[in-house]
Amino acid sequence: MSRRRRALAAAWLLAGAATVGAAPVAEETVQAIAAQLRCVVCQNLSVADSPSETANQMRGIIRERLARGETPDQVRAYFVERYGTWILLEPPRQGFNLVVWVAPFAALALGLALVAGVMWRWRRASDRSRAAAAPRPVDEAGRERLRRELADLDAR
Amino acid sequence: MIPELGYAITATALLMAVWGAGAAAGSVRAGRPALLLSAERAAVGAWLGLTLAMLLLVYAFLTFDFSVRYVALNTNRGTPFYYRITALWGALEGSIVLWAWMLALYTLIAVRRYRRRQPELYPWVLAVLLGVLAFFLLVMTVPAPPFERLHPVPADGRGLNPLLEDSGMITHPVALYLGFTGFTVPFAFAMAALVTGRTGEEWIAITRRWTIVAWYFLSLGLLIGGWWSYHVLGWGGYWAWDPVENAAFMPWLTGTAFLHSVMIQERRRILRLWNLTLVILTFGLTLFGTFLTRSGIIGSVHAFTQGAIGHFFLGFLALVLLGAFSLLAWRVDRLRAQGELDSLLSRESMFLLNNLFLVAATFTVFFGTVFPLLSEAVRGVKVSVGAPYFNLVNIPVFLGLLLLMGVGPLIAWRRASWDNLRRNFVIPVAAGGGAALLARALGLGNLLVLTCLALVVFVAGAMTLDYVRAVGARRRSGDGWGAATWGLLRRQNRRYGGFVVHLGVLVIALGVAGSQAWSVQTETTVKRGEHVELAGYRVRFERLTASEESNHAKVTGVFTVANGNMRPATLLPAKKFYPQEQSPIAYVDYRLGLIEDVYLVLGDFARDGSHATIRLQVNRLVSWLWIGGLVLTLGTVLAILPDRRRPA
Amino acid sequence: MTARVALRAGIPLAVVPLLLLLAYGFRTDPRAIPTPLIGKPAAPFSLTTFAGEPVSLDGLRGRVVVLNFWASWCVPACYDEAPVLERGWRAWRDRGVTLVGVNIQDTEDAARQFLARFDHTFPNAPDLGGRVSVDYGVYGVPETFFIDRAGRVRAKHVGAVTDQVFERHVRALAEEPS
Repeated sequence: MSRRRRALAAAWLLAGAATVGAAPVAEETVQAIAAQLRCVVCQNLSVADSPSETANQMRGIIRERLARGETPDQVRAYFVERYGTWILLEPPRQGFNLVVWVAPFAALALGLALVAGVMWRWRRASDRSRAAAAPRPVDEAGRERLRRELADLDAR
Repeated sequence: MIPELGYAITATALLMAVWGAGAAAGSVRAGRPALLLSAERAAVGAWLGLTLAMLLLVYAFLTFDFSVRYVALNTNRGTPFYYRITALWGALEGSIVLWAWMLALYTLIAVRRYRRRQPELYPWVLAVLLGVLAFFLLVMTVPAPPFERLHPVPADGRGLNPLLEDSGMITHPVALYLGFTGFTVPFAFAMAALVTGRTGEEWIAITRRWTIVAWYFLSLGLLIGGWWSYHVLGWGGYWAWDPVENAAFMPWLTGTAFLHSVMIQERRRILRLWNLTLVILTFGLTLFGTFLTRSGIIGSVHAFTQGAIGHFFLGFLALVLLGAFSLLAWRVDRLRAQGELDSLLSRESMFLLNNLFLVAATFTVFFGTVFPLLSEAVRGVKVSVGAPYFNLVNIPVFLGLLLLMGVGPLIAWRRASWDNLRRNFVIPVAAGGGAALLARALGLGNLLVLTCLALVVFVAGAMTLDYVRAVGARRRSGDGWGAATWGLLRRQNRRYGGFVVHLGVLVIALGVAGSQAWSVQTETTVKRGEHVELAGYRVRFERLTASEESNHAKVTGVFTVANGNMRPATLLPAKKFYPQEQSPIAYVDYRLGLIEDVYLVLGDFARDGSHATIRLQVNRLVSWLWIGGLVLTLGTVLAILPDRRRPA
Repeated sequence: MTARVALRAGIPLAVVPLLLLLAYGFRTDPRAIPTPLIGKPAAPFSLTTFAGEPVSLDGLRGRVVVLNFWASWCVPACYDEAPVLERGWRAWRDRGVTLVGVNIQDTEDAARQFLARFDHTFPNAPDLGGRVSVDYGVYGVPETFFIDRAGRVRAKHVGAVTDQVFERHVRALAEEPS
């Protein structure tokens, strides 16, 4: 009962934190950088996508830093300094992390090689069986039977 | 009373399942058909027990019986009626109950269908099904009992996670689990085939419909999950490559590969080893999926709580994989069949490539999902692998699959002659290229979207050409268009069901490409009475209102949305404050359209309602994903219709 | 023959490395993010407390600083550690240690109520805009940083602080030579 009253009160109280928006600094750049950073309180959402308050604040920080003249790389580096490489939504392409970047293409290449090998073997098997199935000459008895049966058919 | 009763029922069902599995296997070994009968009765008993357990839980929910811990954690006195029923599968323990119940139901269906028709395979199928059921019943009894008693009984419950108070919650788990559990049956048949040595095409023909139905429900579950994410979570997206989403996607990928690959085995009697591997992988991945969701080893928005349950699932996964692959290794000699291919340009090759791409995609998704774990194990460094990575590495493979969708159904078996290629592909290729050029001329610059468009038009063109020719042939014998189409669909329902399913995939592909390329968004603060403009839409902030619902408080922003063409609409995005949640839940409002959706999220607001921060998105072509799902449904229904080709 | 047997055994054994990796997963906590800040200079901050006074890291150079991030909606952890922090403050304030509480993503009224409830006498300031919490790589509440006299972060504790944890870190830093 009183819990609900408190919740309603909380609703209005929480309203105090609204900030009036500052002039956007190339909003697309803010969103682009935010899309590469992981929202720390959500699971697997980017800072650009997350509707959480923390993500909101992080977007504000990105905006501020860009307005101060920092480059996108510098902004990203700032976050990595504070949170570690974990905050980047894709692992940096260096060191051990190269494994995850290379693996998909290596797997595809390996698979292609395997499939090619299989197809080649099947081609060979097909060639061989076709050669084996090449028509052999019919012997005399066979030819005679053939003539008789054809004559039978014609007579009907 | 309920906790003890429920626990007793669960334990009894577990014992029956264990007995049944042993009896079914034993009936073959010992040559005693009475054991098989006993096993069947045990299966019925287990299903009855699970049904009773479910009804008991629902009863506990409806009567606010907070002595049951699960009820107390997932509802409170304010939870609306229908959510009290669906809260049954709202959290970990209940979800296992649902899974087990579906598995038991499928087992009963299998009993009815196959006890007479497949006397050789049937006992082993039953044994495997009951064995898997026994595992889930074990989980329900030991690490995650839904009937745990809560002491002392609280006056009110905690309440359902507010994100779950939604229609998506009612349908998403049901569809998804029907898909997951559905794959148990083909797996059971595969194991039976290996054990009995009857590794021919028999088990494939039997399980064809099971596989399609399971695949369909999995697809449906994934789409509903996307819909739920889109309209509830407030970020305007439908797929985040979250580890648990990936875990459901992977069996879908291998399941699709399996669906196609069995067509080769049916025709040409080859690839037996591969198909068995695929079905084991698919089932293994469904287990891996539930393991990931419940073990807490990889963080996810879906993850249920941690605990000993993860160990149980890992143990079972190990048992299944090691056991199944050992069986496979044992029977490897029986599975060797030499394939023959006359030309690289043939349907067999296309199917092989299809499998290659799907399995490569599975590997990619899998590796990306477990890489954070690997990185921590090897280097002690935590990294994230998220959407940017998965989008990048998967695009080539998915485009390749689109291409194959067009080529595969029309190219000839064994060897495609130049004539065959010319007849079937010149026009579609021209159409695809033409569409891309036209789009480019109209200003579309995004290369990926252009490629996707070209491929989609190519595939649609190839299918249309085939259809027109086939109907044309029928019409020559006097039928009209309608009758000819109907006859075609009924006679060759497998083929044209597949076409319609492919069409559904095309629609979804276009939806994905369009929404990624053309959606726009903005985030800004508006004062009362002022408006924001985006993509031709004008959104005006009217006022804020507050209200109290049964289990939460709500602050709603009233916004009017208009663009030149449509009537002004009112959007009511809100922030809901649930007492049991730490932060408010954003409630999105949107206006869906065929081409565009307007999507509004309420952020911060001033107490006096003078201004509010909003996130406004105009998302394009997202509705095509849901439409594609409908088309998929039609195609699946068509594909599983009884065959009219052969006389009964 | 042995080659074939090896190949056959290889099929099931191939899954073992994967199972081992997954088993390793039980030992890790996906929610625990190690901080790269240990040993690095602490980020400077300059805030105004709820009492209206300024507090900044530079102003505290030469003292051991315990920086605690909290919120009134952080139940139950922040509530559990609040008395611990107040006790620790009272015990160490005259021994060269300062405790600063930073309140994040909260409302003023709720925060003040929290402070009054636990009778906090150490400086507490709201972090409007979240700059300080992001500067310290905070990803949840409560989190506590232990900063030495030279202004370097020496330890981070995630979750509610207990008397033992507080004592251990503060004593180690306080007993260091200046």
